[in-house]
Amino acid sequence: MKIHEYQAKHVLARFGVPVPRGEVAFSPAEAADIAQRLGGALVVVKAQIHAGGRGKGGGVKLARSVEEAGQLAKQMIGMTLVTHQTGPEGRQVGRVLIEQGLEIERELYLSIVIDRAAACPVIIASAAGGMDIEEVAATSPEQILREYVNRGTGIVPFQARKLAFGMGLNAQAAGKLVKVLESVYRAFIETDAAMIEINPLILTKGGDLLALDAKVAFDDNALYRHPDLRELRDLAEEDPLEVEASKFSLNYIRLDGNIGCMVNGAGLAMATMDIIKLAGGEPANFLDVGGGANAEQIRNAFKILMSDKNVRAVLINIFGGILRCDVLAQGVIAAVQELGVPVPIVIRMEGTNVEEGKRMLRESQLNFTTADSMGEAAERVVALAGAGASH
Amino acid sequence: MAVLLDRNTRLIVQGLTGKEGTFHAKQAAAYGTTVVGGVTPGKGGTTHEGWPVFNNVHDAMRETGANASVIFVPPPFAADAIMEATDAGMPLVVCITEGIPTVDMLKAMTFMHGTATRLIGPNCPGIITAGQGKAGIIPHNIVREGRIGIVSKSGTLTYEAIHQLSKVGMGQTTCIGIGGDPLIGTSHIDALKLFAADPDTEAVILIGEIGGTAEQEAADYIKREFTKPVVGFIAGQTAPPGRRMGHAGAIIAGGKGTAAEKMDALAQAGVHVATSPAEMGQKMREALGR
Repeated sequence: MKIHEYQAKHVLARFGVPVPRGEVAFSPAEAADIAQRLGGALVVVKAQIHAGGRGKGGGVKLARSVEEAGQLAKQMIGMTLVTHQTGPEGRQVGRVLIEQGLEIERELYLSIVIDRAAACPVIIASAAGGMDIEEVAATSPEQILREYVNRGTGIVPFQARKLAFGMGLNAQAAGKLVKVLESVYRAFIETDAAMIEINPLILTKGGDLLALDAKVAFDDNALYRHPDLRELRDLAEEDPLEVEASKFSLNYIRLDGNIGCMVNGAGLAMATMDIIKLAGGEPANFLDVGGGANAEQIRNAFKILMSDKNVRAVLINIFGGILRCDVLAQGVIAAVQELGVPVPIVIRMEGTNVEEGKRMLRESQLNFTTADSMGEAAERVVALAGAGASH
Repeated sequence: MAVLLDRNTRLIVQGLTGKEGTFHAKQAAAYGTTVVGGVTPGKGGTTHEGWPVFNNVHDAMRETGANASVIFVPPPFAADAIMEATDAGMPLVVCITEGIPTVDMLKAMTFMHGTATRLIGPNCPGIITAGQGKAGIIPHNIVREGRIGIVSKSGTLTYEAIHQLSKVGMGQTTCIGIGGDPLIGTSHIDALKLFAADPDTEAVILIGEIGGTAEQEAADYIKREFTKPVVGFIAGQTAPPGRRMGHAGAIIAGGKGTAAEKMDALAQAGVHVATSPAEMGQKMREALGR
C-alpha cells in the first residue's frame, strides 16, 4: 500500500527522522494559513499524488508570501498532474503539502528495501540525490552504495559511517546520519514497510540532515496488524474497480484490453494474459481469484469483471488445487444465472474434481464454450471477442 | 530416487485440524503418502480423522518419527510454525501459507540460518514425487511417473506444466513449487542442484515470473554447471510495470525484473525458452529430441 509524501513524513518523524516543518492542505485557505504559521516567508507547495516526477510536471513550486502560497494551492488543487509515472491520463490533485523552505547544501539519496537474494534489508545510499536513482544506477553505478542489514543486530553504527563517508560527508554529518539511519531502519521494521525512499535527504547549510521528500509503501500482508496505517489509504489514488475487488480479497488489476480473465493463481493469471496476447487479443485485466475461492467469491469476481464495459468476452482458466473444479463450476453457474452475463464465456479447467465440474457445466444448460487446453481456450476467446466487437 | 520426498517420508501436518489442512492431509494419504499426524496447539492428545494430534512439533516428531512437515496455518502464525518445526530439527518443512508478512519471514530466515532444515515456500503449492507421495496441494491425478523435474514459482502453472508433460507422455520425478514471495526458503538454483544430483531426473522445467533476479541467477548457474536439458517459461510478459501481480514478489520495479530480461538470460544459458505457457510440454519433447 502506497501513501502520500506528507503521510510518509509523519510516519518517519514518529521514529525520529528529521523532516521539514509542514502541514497538508485541502483548500487554498488552509494552504495560506499553514504558510502563515510557517512564518510567512519562503514555503514550498507540493502536490500530493502517489507518483514521482511531480516537480517536472509542475506539482512542486516555491511561494515567497502567504498570498502566493494560497494562489499556488488554488492552481494545484483540482489540477490533473501528468508525470512520467502517472501515465498520460495523469492524476487529479486533491491535497497539497505546505512546507518550510530550506537552504540546501547537498542532496543525498537513501532508501531501504528487502534484498531477496540476501534475504535481509538493504540500505541503498548515494551522493547523487535528487535525481532518478534508476538513472544513476544505470549511468554511474559506482555512485550507488549498499549496506546489508543483519536482522539480529539491526543497522550498526559503522555501516552508517561507511555510507556517510562514502557519500563524502564530514564527521559531524556522519554522526547525524547514524541517527537518521537507525530511525529509518526502525520505521522500516516496525511499520512492516516494503520500501522507504528518501530522495533527497538534504544536508542544509546549517549542517542538518532532513528528509526533503519521502516515499513509503507498506507490506500489504502485514496491514492486518497496523490499523493506524490502514487509515492512510487514499482510495482516490486507486482504480475504483480495483478498490471494489479488494473488498472481496480479489487480486484484480485493470488493463486496456477487451478480454476479461478469471484465473486461479497469480502465475497462471499472468500466463493467461500472455497467451491471450500471443493469440492476438488484449487482456482486460489480471484477476487471481486465489486458492481458497468459493462460489461466493466467483460471483464477486464476475461482478467486477463485468463492471468493465470494455469486456467483450471472458476467459476462465482454472487449474484446481485448493480451489476445486466443482466449486468453481457451481460459482460460475450461479453467477451467470444471477447476473445474466451478456458476453461469451470460454471455460478451461483442470485438476481436482474436474469431471464433476465439467458435468455441472454441461448440465447447467447455459451457453459456455469449453476448451481442453490453454492454447485452445485463448484462440477461442480471442475469436469470440473479435466477433463481439464487430456487432 | 527423485528429490526431497519419497516413500520413506513420514509427514505431519501443522494445522491439520483446519479445513485446508484436513482436506489436503486426506488427499496426500490417498496418494499414498505416509501421513503420521498433525500439530494444532491446544488439541494435543486428540485424534483427527484417525491421525494423532500434538500440541507442538517436538512431540509430534518424537512420537511419530516424522521427517517432514507441511504447514497450513493462517498467515499471522505461519512464520512461527516454520520456526517451531526448525527448532524441532525437522529436515523438510513445506509452507503452503500465502500472505505471510515479509518481516515475519525475515525473522524465520534468520532463525533458520545455519540449521539443517530445508524450507520450501512459503506461498507455494508444495512438492510431489510421482508415485511416491506429496506434501502440499498439487492435484495428484495429473501426475505421472517419469524422468522430468519441475521447479516453479507459481502453483497453478506448475500444474499446467505437469499436465502438459503427462499429456505428451512424459512423466515427472519431483515437482517443486518454490513459491511467489520475495523471501523463500528454496530458490530455483537450490532446486536445480537437487535435480543435478538425482540420476532419475533427466531434464527440468523451470518456471519463473516477473520480479527480482532469481531467474537470472539460475541462468548463470545453468550456464556454469547444470548439464541436463532445461525448458523455461516466464510468466508476466504482458504485465504492466510497477504493479504487484498477485504474488507478493511479482513486480517490475524500476524497470527491473521484466519477463524479457529473464527470458534472454535463460536463452543465453542454453535453456529452451517457451514463449507460450501452452508450449512447455512440447518444448520438452523437442529439447529431448523426441
